[in-house]
This record gives sequence, C-alpha cells and structure tokens, in this order.
Amino acid sequence: MKTRNNPVRLAVSYLLLLIIAVVSIYPVLWIFLSSLRPGAALFSERLWPEAYTLSHYGELFNNPSFMYGRWYMNTLKIAFFTMIFSTLMVTLGMYALSRFRFRGRKTILSTMLILGMFPSFMSMIAIYIILLQIKLLDTHAALILVYSSGAVLGGFIVKGFFDTIPRSLDEAARIDGASHLRVFTSIILPLSKPMLTYVALTSFTGAWMDFIFARLVLRTKENWTLAVGMWDLVNRYQDSNFTMFAAGAVLIAIPITLLFVFLQRFLVQGLTSGASKG
Amino acid sequence: MQQQHVPVPVGPGRERQHRMTAAICSIILQGLGQLYNRQWIKGIVLLLLEGVGLAYLLPRLSQAVWGVWTLGENTQRFVKVNGSTVLQKGDHSIFLLLDGIIVLLVFFVFILIYILNIRDAYMTGLAREEGKQIRSAGATIRNMMDRNFPYLFLSIPALGILFFTIMPILFTVTIAFTNYSAPDHIPPAKLVDWVGFKTFSDLIQLKSWSQTFYGVLTWTVIWAILATVTTYFGGVLVALLIEQRGIRFKKVWRTIFILPYAIPQIISLLLMRNLFNGQFGPINTYMRAFGLEGLPWLTDPFWAKVTVIVVNMWIGIPVSMVLILGVLTAIPRDLYEAAEVDGASAFQKFRIITMPFILFATTPVLIMQFAGNFNNFNVIFLLTNGNPLRGDYQYAGATDLLVTWLYKLTLDNNKFNMASAVGIIIFLIIASFSIWNFRRSKSFKEEDMIQ
Repeated sequence: MKTRNNPVRLAVSYLLLLIIAVVSIYPVLWIFLSSLRPGAALFSERLWPEAYTLSHYGELFNNPSFMYGRWYMNTLKIAFFTMIFSTLMVTLGMYALSRFRFRGRKTILSTMLILGMFPSFMSMIAIYIILLQIKLLDTHAALILVYSSGAVLGGFIVKGFFDTIPRSLDEAARIDGASHLRVFTSIILPLSKPMLTYVALTSFTGAWMDFIFARLVLRTKENWTLAVGMWDLVNRYQDSNFTMFAAGAVLIAIPITLLFVFLQRFLVQGLTSGASKG
Repeated sequence: MQQQHVPVPVGPGRERQHRMTAAICSIILQGLGQLYNRQWIKGIVLLLLEGVGLAYLLPRLSQAVWGVWTLGENTQRFVKVNGSTVLQKGDHSIFLLLDGIIVLLVFFVFILIYILNIRDAYMTGLAREEGKQIRSAGATIRNMMDRNFPYLFLSIPALGILFFTIMPILFTVTIAFTNYSAPDHIPPAKLVDWVGFKTFSDLIQLKSWSQTFYGVLTWTVIWAILATVTTYFGGVLVALLIEQRGIRFKKVWRTIFILPYAIPQIISLLLMRNLFNGQFGPINTYMRAFGLEGLPWLTDPFWAKVTVIVVNMWIGIPVSMVLILGVLTAIPRDLYEAAEVDGASAFQKFRIITMPFILFATTPVLIMQFAGNFNNFNVIFLLTNGNPLRGDYQYAGATDLLVTWLYKLTLDNNKFNMASAVGIIIFLIIASFSIWNFRRSKSFKEEDMIQ
C-alpha cells in the first residue's frame, strides 16, 4: 500500500474525531454531573458543579410520592421475564421458519412482514379492552405477555442468522439419528450464542425502556415502571426536580450501558449478520 | 397427510368406496370418518374437539353475528321500577364488536379444523383402498414430532400473535368504519354505528381534518427522509473516519462513539429535552455566555423541527456506524490492491469500491430504517410531544408525526375512528414501501442460495 499518510488529512481527521467524541460524551457527562449538583434547578452557570452531593440519590428512594425503588424492581421483573419468553419464542419460531420447508411457510413469512408494518400501538385500544375483559389490566403479567408475543414479529434478523448456519451440519446429525429437538438443542443453540445474546439483550432493554404500553396498561402508581415514572417526573415538574431526574436517569442508564459495552461484540455481530441479508 | 399417490388397479366395487364413505362420515360428524377408518384415538380427539367447539359456539354465534352487524340496538336509559329510577344497562357497542370478532375467529378456526378433518378422512380412506397400513395413534404422534415439527415450534408464538396482534388489528381496522368517537358516540351512554368510508372521506376532504392530515403527512415524509439520510451518511462518515489508515486507538474511538447508542432511548431523549430547554437549558446558557441570543429550540415550529433532526442524529448515527464498520471489514482486500495497481486515488477507491459495497450490503436496512423513522414515536413524543401546538391543526402540533397524532387522537381525545383511519393509511404507505423493498431484496428471493 503506497499512499502516504498525509499529515494535514490526519490532523483534520483527528480534529473531527475529537469533536464527535465531545458531542457524544457531553450530554452524558452533563447529566451525571447534574445528579451530583446541590439544589433542584435545571439552570446552572457551569458544567462542573461547585459542590458535590449524593443527596439526590437518597431522595429518589425516600421521596414518598416517588416510588423509585419499587419501580426499579417492577421494571427489572418485567424486563427479565420478557427477555426469557421472547428469546424462547423468537428462537423456536425462527428456527422452524429458517430450517423447514413446510406448507404455509411463505404465507407465514409474508403475514409476519405485513403485521410488522402496522404501527404497533394501532392495536392499543383493542389490547386495552382485551386486557380489561380478561382482568389483566394494571398487571405486570399483561405487559410481559404483550411484549413477548410482539417480539416474534421482529425476528427476521434471527431467521437470517439461522439461514447462515450450514445445513449440512443438521443433515449429518439427522443421518446419525438425532431428533429435530436434539439437533436444535445440541447443534444450533450452541452455534447461535451471539444471536441469542443479541435477542436477549434487545428484548431486555426493550421492555426495560418501553413507555407506550407501560403507560397504557399500568394504571396505578405502585405498578408503574421506571419509564412511566421518569416521564411523569419530567413532564410534571420540568424544572423544579431536575437534579433528582438526573440521579434517576443515571441509575437507569448504568446497567444497560454496562451491558452494552460488555456485550458490544455480540451486538455488532447481531446487527451485521442480520444486515447483510436484509 | 399427503400419501404417495400410486395408481393401483381398482379392486372390487365395495373396496373402492372407502374414501367417499370416510369423507361423508366426517362431513356428518367430525371424527366419524376417522373412526370408520379405525383410527380410534384420532377420531375420539376430533369428536371431542367438535363437541367443545360446538358447546362454545352454539350459544354465542348468533349473538356475535347480531352484535357485529348492528353494534347494539338499545342505549342505556333510566327506567322507573317501583317508583325509583334505575339505570338499565344498554348494549355496549364496542364490547359487542370485540366479542363478536373473537367468536368469529374461533368459528373460523373451527371450520378450518373441520375441513382438514374431512380431507384427512378422505386421504386415509384412499390409502386403505390402496391397501396401505393405517397409521396408529403412536405412529401419528411420532409423525407429528417429525414431519410437523415446525408447526409444533410455531404454535405458541402463533397463538400469541393471534390474540395480541392479529385480533387487535382486525378490531382497530373495523373501528375505522364506525363513528366511534367523542363526544357523540362513546359507549355505554351512546351507541356506535357503521358508517362505511365516511371517516376516510372526512379525513381527506373535510377542511378541518384534511388540513391537519396533509400537514402532518408532509412533515412525516420530510422527517423520515431527513432522519434516515442524516443518520446513514453520518454513520458512513464516522465509520470511514475511524477506519482510515493512520488513525490510532480505533477501538477507543469506537467505544466512545457507541455511547449514545448504549444509553436507553427514553433517558437520552428526556435528557435532551432538558438540554435544549429554551429558558434554563445549558445550550442556551452557553450561547448567552458567548453573547448570542439563544434559540427557541423546542418552542418555535421551525427550530423544533431542527432540534428533533439533530437529536435523532445523536441517537441514530452510532447504530449506522456499528453497521457500516461491520460491512467495511467484509470488503475483500484484493479489490483495493487491484485498484492500487491501477493507480486509483483514495477518493476513487472510495467512490468505486467502498461506497457501492456499503450501499449494496445495507440498502435493505436503509429502507427499513426509513420505515422505522416514518413511525418513530419515541423521538417525537418524548422530545417535543409533537409541540409546539398549531392552532389550525386538529389536536396536532408542528412536529407531530402521523403516529404521534394517532396516539393523541386515541388516548387524549377519544377520536377512535379517526385514529384507526390514520393507522390504516400509515399501514398502506409503509406496506407498499416495504413490499417493494422486500421484493427486490436478495434475502427473500434467494434465501436458499446462501449456503
């Protein structure tokens, strides 16, 4: 490779990279520092506070009208079960659609595509009434049910991934007398760890942060999730409780951000393996 | 059950009739044909299924048809009973409609099973005539596990989708053809009626509605294009910057730039809302510190639009970057080497090799992102809530997309029929777009050729 490293071009590139880095980091840094700033106001003259305090974090859990700890547990519970069920359903369903050529397969694929094109909360009213009828309104089970059954429609990435696993592998196992279930559990599953991680992570964060359905289904304050609670906080006391919001945001973002950073490799694989095949 | 159809010499007259007899038996009573074919367990299961189905359907079916057809006939009213007034319950149109749809769906599944049962009896009868061994229950189950494995795997997700996606969508679609809206047609106080396409014609023709509709639609399209293009090419740019030869600490840059993607969207959007706050937000504070006026980021129609695009870039560029970094590693090195031998400049290599390759690999995603942005509820709702409000709009603001408008129409204003109509229109737009995309995308056409 002959092209010389043009110093001007390199300097410009580093400058650009630096600017982008600042833009990426600044809001994060700002919210973190705000959570440590005394007082409640949004307004502040400078980025770095003059004094530091952890009181807003305490306030989150002690404020009687703000059930942060309770919401945290609710959210954790919902996200965890949604992750389990969605991953299970998505992998099972997509494996079937990827590996088998059965009657109705194309129909199912196109139906999934079409259903995925409806704005998801077009079904809001109906889901609300159904949940009302089967007495699941305002429960966490309802949310888990709705999220998990909706997850399947977004499974094309998973199908694309299964498509890339050579079929000769399962054929060999089949010839050796393995059942379909056996092939799935001992050949396909171990091979699809990156994809499983991707699905689990996205369904976890999806449920962790969903706002629309959570707000629709959860009617009482004790049952809220973090997303609903935080939105309420910002919407109602825009300026007067900002530092508390900042503290809450930091606590919500930390686990997800850490997950992302640690599982980055899987994410990249998941995104790209789904991408190259649509 | 597809048997290998081998033409066999037709036996004596009576033998030939198995298939017809079995089929007719199954038409009379589900499972009877299977019993006739001596498939005892299968026959009994089918009989039981029919029993359960009929027990569920018979008392409900006529009520369901009546409910869906009329949407109720009596409103609630006060009646005098022994001198005191009592509220007598009327028909609740919406519950009638929903119950009706559920019963009709069950009826549809029932009929489907019935047809399969007749087919199965006929096929087994045929097999008998050909002198084949009839499958026992054990063999049937084994066969199920083996040949029908995919159906088994798909059945649970399918149930979930049927009840929490298909049925709600059916219900919502029907709502668009009624007058279910506040203030005049909200059950239980009032009845809802079928009105045909009136909702759609109002939406498109009635001045008060059409103005909002076209306005919001235009902005939605502009938004979807701008949001997709800016994040996509932003991502390409950043990815190329990092991957340039001579740039060091590639991994560090990548990790830093992925940060906005890692933060939960709701948090980053609520955060941005504060960041861009016109009065107290830090951005305007800094601008004032430099002697500038500060901008009405979220309160002026034009600047609010700029803000949502900019914030969306902050959120969306990392995703594209990750995607394109992945694609870049897949470009075969020898292409570049060949180009260098031919004396191509860096820009030529980019134009002739890199960009076409990226585009080729990511066009399906690009188009899916366009569809996603068209329906990007979160960014708009959490950042501006569709505001600033516009006086000449019906329940919508300057940055409202069709979806957020739909949300407001449903939850805040109870204009259910309008919301459904808007939903159907969104669907038609997205569907035609995506079908076009998938028809031309490689994966759908050539999925079997990957290996």
